[in-house]
Amino acid sequence: MMLAATTAAVLVTMALALVRALMGPTVYDRIVSVNAFGTLTVVLIAVHGFLTGRPEFLDIALAYALITFIGVIAVTKYVTMTPGMRPGRGDDKGDL
Amino acid sequence: MDLLVDILSGMLLAGGSILALIGAVGIIRLPDVFARMHAGGIIDTMGAGMILAGLMVQSGFTLVTVKLFLIFAFLFYTTPTATHALAQAALKSGLTPKIQGDSDEEDVPSKI
Repeated sequence: MMLAATTAAVLVTMALALVRALMGPTVYDRIVSVNAFGTLTVVLIAVHGFLTGRPEFLDIALAYALITFIGVIAVTKYVTMTPGMRPGRGDDKGDL
Repeated sequence: MDLLVDILSGMLLAGGSILALIGAVGIIRLPDVFARMHAGGIIDTMGAGMILAGLMVQSGFTLVTVKLFLIFAFLFYTTPTATHALAQAALKSGLTPKIQGDSDEEDVPSKI
């Protein structure tokens, strides 16, 4: 039962993080919320593995954690290198 | 002993979920990108950490616990690094943190 409650809380947290991704004025807000979303996916996979009693899910969660980190760093580097996307130069929000 | 494990893991899971929710509310309501990174940090390190700790308590001394600890250790070291890289990129792009007394409309990069 406790695991189901945790799953519900994690899903609500993911929805709230997505709200900031949609509302976020600058591209960096979006990256922050996607980073939180990825970490929560890792937790969700681990909890789901426990719910269904299948420990193999933890390998998937670990792999997903690796990928999320690389993804965030790649997107940050991409946004930094691309001239048109950086806010703060003028009044544009530098949105993706 | 079994009751103790249930209570402890229940409390850890509940604490982790509450912290994740607090972090999510923080991500939405805080006025500035750099403040939102704090909230994102809460979700990544303590929220996920306590939930994983709750699962660790449930699984006892098995290989599952080792995997859970690896996930926790990895998340614990890499998400702050990712947030640091993000803050660096945001600063380099001209966004400056909102200092007390700045104009309070949300997230207009202050022109120095």
